[in-house]
Parts: sequence; C-alpha cells; structure tokens
Amino acid sequence: MPHDTAVIDWIDLCAIEDIPLQGSRRAIIRGREIGLFRTMASEVYAIDNACPHKKGPLTEGIVHDCSVTCPLHNWVFDLKSGEATGPDEGRVQTHAVEIRDGRVFIQIEG
Amino acid sequence: MKPRLVVIGNGMAPGRALETLFEAAPDAYEVIIFNAEPRVNYNRIMLSPVLSGEQSFDDIIIHGDGWYEEHNITLHRGARVTQIDREAKTVTSAAGITESYDKLIIATGSNPFIIPCPGHKLHGVLAYRDLDDVEKMIEFSNKENSSAVVIGGGLLGLEAAAGLKMQGMDVTVLHLMPTLMERQLDPSAGYLLEKELSSRGIKIMTKANTKEIVGTDCVEAVLLEDGTRLKADMVVMAVGIRPSVELAKEAGLDTGRGIQVSSNMQTSDPDIYSVGECVEFEGNVYGLVAPLYEQARVLGMHLAGEADHAFAHSETSTKLKVTGVDLFSAGDFAEGENREEIVFRDAARGIYKRLVLEEDRLIGAVLYGETADGAWFFQKIKEGAPIASEDRENLIFGQSFSGAAPLDPTAAVAALPDDAEICGCNGVSKGKIVSAIEKEGLKDLAGVRSCTKASASCGTCTGLVESLLAYTLGDEFGGTKVTVCGCTDLGPGDVRRLIVAKELKSIPAIMQELGWKTSGGCAKCRPALNYYLIATWPGEYVDDQQSRFINERVHANIQKDGTYSVVPRAWGGLTTSKELRAIADVVDKFEIPTVKYTGGQRIDLLGVKKDDLPAVWKDLNNAGMVSGHAYAKGLRTVKTCVGTDWCRFGTQDSTGLGVKLEKLMWGSWSPAKVKLAVSGCPRNCAESTCKDIGVVCVDSGYELHFGGAAGMHIQGTQILCKVETEEEAIEYCAALLQAYREQGWYLERIYKWADRVGYDTIRSMIADDEEGRKAFYQRFLHSQQFAQDDPWAQRASQGVDAHEFAPLTLEPAE
Repeated sequence: MPHDTAVIDWIDLCAIEDIPLQGSRRAIIRGREIGLFRTMASEVYAIDNACPHKKGPLTEGIVHDCSVTCPLHNWVFDLKSGEATGPDEGRVQTHAVEIRDGRVFIQIEG
Repeated sequence: MKPRLVVIGNGMAPGRALETLFEAAPDAYEVIIFNAEPRVNYNRIMLSPVLSGEQSFDDIIIHGDGWYEEHNITLHRGARVTQIDREAKTVTSAAGITESYDKLIIATGSNPFIIPCPGHKLHGVLAYRDLDDVEKMIEFSNKENSSAVVIGGGLLGLEAAAGLKMQGMDVTVLHLMPTLMERQLDPSAGYLLEKELSSRGIKIMTKANTKEIVGTDCVEAVLLEDGTRLKADMVVMAVGIRPSVELAKEAGLDTGRGIQVSSNMQTSDPDIYSVGECVEFEGNVYGLVAPLYEQARVLGMHLAGEADHAFAHSETSTKLKVTGVDLFSAGDFAEGENREEIVFRDAARGIYKRLVLEEDRLIGAVLYGETADGAWFFQKIKEGAPIASEDRENLIFGQSFSGAAPLDPTAAVAALPDDAEICGCNGVSKGKIVSAIEKEGLKDLAGVRSCTKASASCGTCTGLVESLLAYTLGDEFGGTKVTVCGCTDLGPGDVRRLIVAKELKSIPAIMQELGWKTSGGCAKCRPALNYYLIATWPGEYVDDQQSRFINERVHANIQKDGTYSVVPRAWGGLTTSKELRAIADVVDKFEIPTVKYTGGQRIDLLGVKKDDLPAVWKDLNNAGMVSGHAYAKGLRTVKTCVGTDWCRFGTQDSTGLGVKLEKLMWGSWSPAKVKLAVSGCPRNCAESTCKDIGVVCVDSGYELHFGGAAGMHIQGTQILCKVETEEEAIEYCAALLQAYREQGWYLERIYKWADRVGYDTIRSMIADDEEGRKAFYQRFLHSQQFAQDDPWAQRASQGVDAHEFAPLTLEPAE
C-alpha cells in the first residue's frame, strides 16, 4: 500500500472513473462505511455514510452542486464541511481526499 | 345602557362596517343583526369557486359563529324584516321578532332582475345571488347529461356558466348584446373572451333575445325570438340586479333607484343609515365590492363618532373570476372625439391590450390575456396625471418598460408609490401593506390577509401582495409562486412548453437555455427535468441515472434501515404455483425477514440487502417474473376482480382486460405513480373508483373513470366516458395516460392534473376528439417501444449500473 509522510495513511482507493459524475460510491474501509461523492466539476469528497438524523445512507442520495440530499428525509449536507444546510442542524465526519494521476486517495479521520 | 344598533342584512357591506366600528370604538353599541339567510356572513364574491367546486362554503366564511359571540352580537338567522316603525324606533320580522333601535342600518342589498317572460316562474329558473342558488345549481348539475341556459353574458352570468361547465353540465349563454361583458370590455376583448369560453365547450349566443321559457312544471327548454329552441333543465337569470328598496320606501325614506344617502351614508332619517348594493349616492348605484367596502368604512367611522370621513364616487376596475381567463378593465374606454387609443395585439398568444387617452391622460384600459400591469394602469387612471409624450411610446408595454424598472415583479412593486392601490376589493394601498408587514412582523400571505384584508376577497391581487412580501422581507419571504424549484423562476408548465418549443434534449441544455440559477440543479429539479425529457423525447433522450431518486435508480424501495423492498409484477394480480415456489425459495436463500401482500394484489419482499438485489432479481427473472415498478413514478399495479371467469355477477372479462392493460402500460414513466383497476361489475370489487384510471365493466360495455385518489387525499373518480368494446377501453385508457404523461407536472397525480386543466378539457381531448385520441395512443405505443425493458434483468444479467450494487471494499490492515 502506498504511503505518504503524513501520520495517517493515505489509502489508494479507486480510479476516479469508478465514481459516476454527479454520483456516489459506497466504500467499506476497514469495516467503516464511507461515502465517496463526485461533483459535476469532478471534485471528489468523502464523508461518513450515515445521516445524523436517522442514519440514512447518504450515497443513495442525489448529488447537486457541492451537496448531497439524504434519500430518507431530504436533509442536505455540504460535502466540503459535512454540515447540514438549510433548517436542519447536524454534521457528518469528513475525510481528506486527494486525486493523484487519476486515482482517489483518502485519509480516514477519527 | 349602551345605545342599540340594529342592522337589517348580514352581507359583506354591513359586516365590514361593523368591523370598522369595532376597531375604532369597541363596545360603543349593543348590536343586533337580522339575517334573512339562515347563516353567518360569507364572501359572496367567491360563490363562483364554490359553484365550480374549487372551494367549499367553509372556505368563504368571513365571520364564523365565534365572531358574533366575541362582539356580543345578537344574530337573528332566517329572520326577514318586514316593517320599520320610525315613530316607535322598532323593526319587526316576518315571524314577529321586534327589536328597538337607537341607530338603524338598512343593508338589504339587491334583488336579481328576473326577466318577466312567459315561464319565468317554472321550477328550475334560478338567480345567482346566494348560497341557496349555488346549492340548487349543483343539485341540477348532478343529474346526468343535464343542460343549463344562462341568460346574461356579464360578469355574473359568465362566472356561473364557467362554474356549471366545470360541474359537467352542457351550458349555453344567451346575451342580448353583440359582444360579451360590453359594459367592461370593448368588442375585441369581448371576442377573445367568447373564443376562449367557446373552446372550453360553453356555447355562446350573442344578440339572443329570450322569448319564452318552456315547460309544464319544470323547465324543459328556452325559446328565442328567432325561433331557436334550446333544451334546458335549468335557467340561470343573470341579467342584472336592482337595489332592494321596498322596506325603506314603505318606511317613508327617500328612495330613487336605491335608498338615497348623504356622503356619510345617512338616509333622509338621520338615525337610519344605509350601506351596500341597496344604496344610491349622487345618482349612482354600486354592484362591485370596492366601492361598497369604502361605504362600509365611512359608515363604521361615522358610527364610531369620527365624522370627517366621506364617501365619494370613484373609478372601479373589473376582473373576471374564471380560472385560466386573464381579463382586466378599468375606467372609460369608449371611443370618442378628443380620445386616442393605443392598441397592442399578439394573436398567437391571445393577448390584447388597449389604452384610451384623453388630453394626454389615461382614462381607460382593457387588458386580455396578460393582466399583470392592470394595477399600474389603474393607478395612472386614478392619478389622472398627464403622460409625457416620450413615455407614451412604451406605455402599452406596462410598468417594466416605462422608466428603468426591469421585468422583475419585485422591482415593479418597488416602483409603485405608497398610495398605489393593491387590493381593489378592500381598498388597501401599498403603503398600508408594507407598514403592516413591518410593524406586525408578517411573514406570509395569510398574515397579510388577516391583518390588512388585502387579497382576502376575490384574490386576484395575490401576486402583487406576494411581490410586496418579497420586496419588504427580501430573502425571508418563502414565496408561494409555483416554480420547479429554487433554481429557476419558471413554473413546470413553462419548462415543459420550452423543452418542446426550443427542442431542448438534455438537462444541461435546459439549464443553459432557460437560465438556471445554479450550475447543476438540485434534488428537486433534476428528477423533474429528467422525467420531462424522457416523456418528450422517447428513444432519443438517455435517462440520467444520477438525476433519479434512489428507488428509481436501483429499482427497489429504500426502507428506513437502508435495506430495500422488492415487488415482482403480478399481471392483473394473478400468480402461479411456479412463481410462488420461486418467491419462497428466494425468501429462504437470502434470508428475507418479511413477506407481505400489498394493497395492490402483489407480494412484497421486505428487508433485502442492497448487495443482494441483483441476485434476488436473477432468481425471480429465472421464474419469469419482472420488476413490479412498485418504486416508480410510473405504472404500478392494475388491480382486478375475477370477472366473468368465476364471478356470478361479472359482466365482462375484467381480469383479462386488467392483464392486457398492464402488459400494454408497464414500464412507462409518468409524472407521478399511476394505479389502475378493472372491476367486472358495478359492485366494484377492484375499487376502480378511487384509482388514477379505473374501468367498471357493465353489461353494455365499459365505464371509464379517472382522477381518483386514496392516499393523504381521498377522492372518487369522475367518469371519462363509456365505450362498448375492450379495444376501445384499452385505446382510451392509454391515450389518457399519454395525455397525462405529456401535460402533467412532475409529482402531480392524475387528479391534480385534472383539477388544474379541467376534467372537461380532458374529456374533450380523449372522449370527444377521435383524431386527437388516436394520436395520443400512437405516441404512447411509440414511447413504449423504448420503455419495456425489464430493469431487473438489465442489472441482474447485463451488468447495468454494477457500481451501484458493489461497494469498494478494503479489508482491515493487519
């Protein structure tokens, strides 16, 4: 597994094309379910795949701009910050992502 | 002891006068009201939506029982006053109730003018004045194939005609003059109105002089001077009103056409006032609500002891309350010397605007088809300020082109002066609304309505009031205008129309061409646009999976715990031992926790893990089963009973027809879910009459129904038509589905679509227009070629969307 100099491992997860444009992909990394999201502008974000409201799987939601709408009760999360937007309050854990030569690398926090 | 104020009449004008009085001087009087009708005060202007079925009586109540209690008012219901004794200062009702007064208000309103032609007393000749009339009309309209003749093509007559047509009656309007509403409209606008109403199936006969109403006990027909005979079960007389003055006249008060009053609403007896349609002021009598409310305000203030208010005659403006007809007129628009006119026509869009100027001042305006500038023109007429010659060129284009104000409606209201009248009915100015929003902290339309009365009467200024809310509150105002979503100001109807007109064939093309405010849309607009494109360009447009809600993306229903439910199709509710065995095996193999029968005669497998979906489908496919689309905005089930195969009452092969319909329609996407049912006899065991489309078999053929709902909203279907053969039943149902697919707004069920465009419009499209129906049917068949590919098989065996079902997995590091 490729390493970086950082304390936390950078994990080489997949090719960027493995995540559909304006779509998402579930990843199970060391037993933990992470949601990967690729925006219209081809930026990739990673957050924990459970809505703080009722644990809805966020990867099943619709991706728009830099946000995703939970499929269960339409909470909207900003993918960059993990914060709920609009009237709802809550946050999902975000994880650092880097794209290197068309591959998606992720650093799992916390 | 408080002075006693007795009111004869419980209509809108005295109601408003009392409101003004209670606000200015609460507890000044002990109030007693005599009401000839057995009910509380309601909004008579809104009888038309009640007649058409768009609102109920409860929606139009102004003062409920609580209001009378709160103000300690004695209300004598169903008590018609027959005598006023000015010496003794008492009034007495027909049943003998006598009350003494210190001050008396006569608000007896008006009587409908009934043409005294032979037959005018027959059962079935009605006026259009109160709720009793409306209830009788609705009763007549409930009879099958009933027809109505409306005499009078003015405001009231046309609203009655439109309402009765919406209730399913065959309607003819007889109008004595050459064009409709000649008092409010010029001939060109009258012509456009006639064309519009005719296209809705209302027959209009102008220059029609009624000779006789024919019938023995009940109305049977109407005979015209020229010999024409029109079949009729009911005749509505709406030729005009006459102030009701008899009571005042008998009491010896000064009367002319109405009860004569001074500018503070006093009659010739200083202790007796009059207000409303019974009043004559400086030779004028009034029938529109705005001047009547102004009279009421003056009277209320006068009774409260504030005498510096005076009623003055002023211009009025008119709007017709027929859903879908935009029409506005104000001022004087007759031709004449020294008068000039500016006319704008757009034949293709059915728009006509005409302004009349006299000595550089705007004195009249008629707008048809586009009335947004009505209030602005009306303001200019009332101001009477000269129009500068450089402004004249653009005057007809309205506010947005005069001066620098852009097309934005918020900017348009911002440009209005504070005293500009927004609500004509209640005489509420922009300044009053804005200060109420600011001082009372109002946030929405309902707040403005209850606080200022603006837009609470006829409702046609609702758009302006919303613009004022948006202008005053900025982003705080949530808005109520129907748009696709926050990404655009366009409504769903506009978007659908523009997709076709501009040949937009992808979501980015729509967003670009129609000026979307966000770069990639949102979770609300993307599924809608995706559907509109699929429905508009079958075979051409490629479905965008990322714009699908999860259920339609993975062809199963997401559950609260993130697992899915799987419902295989059971054609017409039929199954076999082979299918049941395969289902049982799947349940065991994948340890599916719950198996349940649905309300739509199918089996639901609940709690399937997402990763298992393709394998579950593969096993079901192998036994011949396909997706039941239980998750789709598309065809769901076709529920059936057993029909002639088994049932001793069955009249047709209802199961067979159900299977045929389901085989024809499965896989089609629609604006919202579509449920069908076929019942073999009128006992209706398949519950056809609460489905989106329902068939009830009868001995002589098939009754086709549509527009039912049985969810959060419950309503029975209406009949589309009756057909004789199974082939016809199939063609009509498919054509109806296609019309809905082409015209419905995303998430709008068939009943909502029908409410919006009119059940009759749909009947005439599908049942009456054979050529049109066949074209819908052909387009449906064409579209289905591209839709009937089992999505489960595509994913189970052909690898479609594999990324959806297989997560990326990295094992724990050692």
